[in-house]
Amino acid sequence: MATETLSGSQIILRALADQGVEVVFGYPGGAVLPLYDEIFKQNRLRHILVRHEQAAVHAAEGYARSTGKVGVVLVTSGPGATNAVTGLLDALCDSVPIVCLTGQVPTHLIGNDAFQEADTTGITRPCTKHNYLVKDIGDLARVMHEAFYVAAHGRPGPVLVDLPKDILVAIGPYQGPAKQGHKSYRPRTEPDADAIAAAAKLMVEAKRPLFYIGGGVINSGPAAAKALTSLVHLTGFPCTQTLMGLGGFPGNDKLSLGMLGMHGMYEANLAMHDCDLMIAVGARFDDRVTGKLSAFSPGSKKIQIDIDPSSINKNVRVDIPILADAGLALEALIKAWKAAKGPGDAQPSKGGPLKAWWAEINRWRARDCLHYAHSEKLIKPQYALERLAHAIKGRDVYITTEVGQHQMWAAQFLKFDEPKRWLTSGGLGTMGYGLPSAMGVQIAHPDALVIDVAGEASILMNIQEMSTLAQHRLPVKVFILNNEYMGMVRQWQELQYGGRYSESYTASLPDFVKLAEAFGAEGIRVDRPDDVDDGIRAMIGSTKAFVLDCRVDPTENCFPMIPSGSAHNEMLLGPEESVGTSGDEDGMVLV
Amino acid sequence: MNSRKEDVRSHTISVLVDNEPGILARVVGLFSGRGYNIESLTVAEVNPEERLSRITVVTSGTPMIVEQIKAQLSRLVPVHKVLDLTQDGPSVERELALVKVVGSGDKRIESLRIADIFRAHAVDSTNASFVFEIVGSTSKIDAFIQLMRPLGLVEVSRTGVVAIARGPEPI
Repeated sequence: MATETLSGSQIILRALADQGVEVVFGYPGGAVLPLYDEIFKQNRLRHILVRHEQAAVHAAEGYARSTGKVGVVLVTSGPGATNAVTGLLDALCDSVPIVCLTGQVPTHLIGNDAFQEADTTGITRPCTKHNYLVKDIGDLARVMHEAFYVAAHGRPGPVLVDLPKDILVAIGPYQGPAKQGHKSYRPRTEPDADAIAAAAKLMVEAKRPLFYIGGGVINSGPAAAKALTSLVHLTGFPCTQTLMGLGGFPGNDKLSLGMLGMHGMYEANLAMHDCDLMIAVGARFDDRVTGKLSAFSPGSKKIQIDIDPSSINKNVRVDIPILADAGLALEALIKAWKAAKGPGDAQPSKGGPLKAWWAEINRWRARDCLHYAHSEKLIKPQYALERLAHAIKGRDVYITTEVGQHQMWAAQFLKFDEPKRWLTSGGLGTMGYGLPSAMGVQIAHPDALVIDVAGEASILMNIQEMSTLAQHRLPVKVFILNNEYMGMVRQWQELQYGGRYSESYTASLPDFVKLAEAFGAEGIRVDRPDDVDDGIRAMIGSTKAFVLDCRVDPTENCFPMIPSGSAHNEMLLGPEESVGTSGDEDGMVLV
Repeated sequence: MNSRKEDVRSHTISVLVDNEPGILARVVGLFSGRGYNIESLTVAEVNPEERLSRITVVTSGTPMIVEQIKAQLSRLVPVHKVLDLTQDGPSVERELALVKVVGSGDKRIESLRIADIFRAHAVDSTNASFVFEIVGSTSKIDAFIQLMRPLGLVEVSRTGVVAIARGPEPI
């Protein structure tokens, strides 16, 4: 292969082109000026100018999670890089493939406390899947291609490439992507046949089985969600999803138990607790899911499919670990299940050995755990989301969220039948994620309806991106459930800290309608239940960015809830059950 | 995590890595960031052609924690191989120490006599002092240092453990 000689900046743009990159989210600065100059001279790559580097990463996350492609970020040295750190860790926690290019001071100044110098690779080492500092122009093309390979293969994650300014102007060779993406990094994707056979045997014998699926099903690609849906239908087993796994199995399917965990469904958590076989697929037994570990699903055998060996046996000891890509493992399980059951077996959900199990689950379902007291005067946040769910039914909608009560209510009340339609900050819990993430989704899907379900506190954390929406004419909808509180903080203070609402009231809120208008968007406020439908209709009907300031009951709490340090069968179903929960010292040290 | 004290065991783990900038920080940062112990750590390049280094780390934890440490190490991108020498079969472990002893008269003679028993060599000598070089297992070196303490021990420098599996198989 003939190698061309190009400048560092040209090599980078060439590598981005060869990797199929169409969009980069970024913010210029001194150290990356040569690269921005090269961007100016071309039209192929689209650059989306954000208003803060954290938002660049979240936007790239939204782009990546809604398309399955790698999201690309470009920021400058020093503060540009440090501002991006929260986004990088967010992407690491939620396994989002990102390549982040950071400027750096020229190599001869590194270590000299130069202007806008930061030890970027040092700072981001624990916040990235991998990172590089390019000190030799001869390495640049290889490193660029490797970064994309590492970000997207195995468990996806953010990869950072730190680019000293002299490297951007140096002249060096360009090579295209190598056949082998990396000299030694090759994550295992094929499941072990014996483990699959053993898993199928347990599945055939199970009386109270349950699928517990997470974001891995979505990350693996559309084939995995499809295989999972087939396998669940084939077996007739119930299926519960984590916050990250919503949409990995159709939320409206009768076999879906909805979300599990701290604010999950009563039937999902009790099924987890009482099952005799748990099949975890791309889920990592997070503390928000397991509750009290010593009381977690005490009577079950556990099968765990994960691509990351460190996610297996981390918190919970499993009986059959399957280290593999979720899609490949599920396809193998379908074959093994069919072989074990033989042909002509009736649909198990229609009766048969699982009848008693489903009867029990349906009794739990009958508790109607999302029930809330409707009000004629105040908008209940649950009501607002029910109306939103009604209004978007049947449309291809992407929902992002910020973090807090509104996020949990959205997870409970909006149903997702397809993967990649629900984007929320799960692992890191980053307030300010939703708006920039929605921006990235809208860039990737210009004609889709993209809604950021927000709280009034979270939205202020990256509100500056309203300006980006205006510049790029992105008609993102912001649906603010405004309760004037950091609602989840207030809820915990009410339940565990004797109602001492320390600093959780969001005083001096802006007028969100005027704020929207100031940013060239539209906005309206609704504060009566009767007006919610009109407000939602106006929001969806608008061709511009839109802020719906929905003033909801400030005292409403999010239920069901498993208090910190409690087990799945110790759920609180409503305010009447939460009396006397305050002051539990074991719970207070937990997060 | 329900880690019972009695389950905690020391493990010697060999890690074959790309010899690239920041790799040691990556490994050490993993241990500190996740709260794992490092009892000793050695690192040096072992294959200059392929630019591979070998890190030997002695750590301790319950079986579940040690399994997690190995999984976390093996998912670092520049890590080629992780071997648990304590668990995966017999292995040889060695450590080297330089021990400075200052004294005169009977104590000086006694230190030489003990060094002889331990097959330590004097690699530096003045009228008032010796520097002994001793090679062996960690416990042998601990014992030697213990005996030297009343004889005028003033300074110790240890390499930490290096280890390799017994038998013909390479890592």
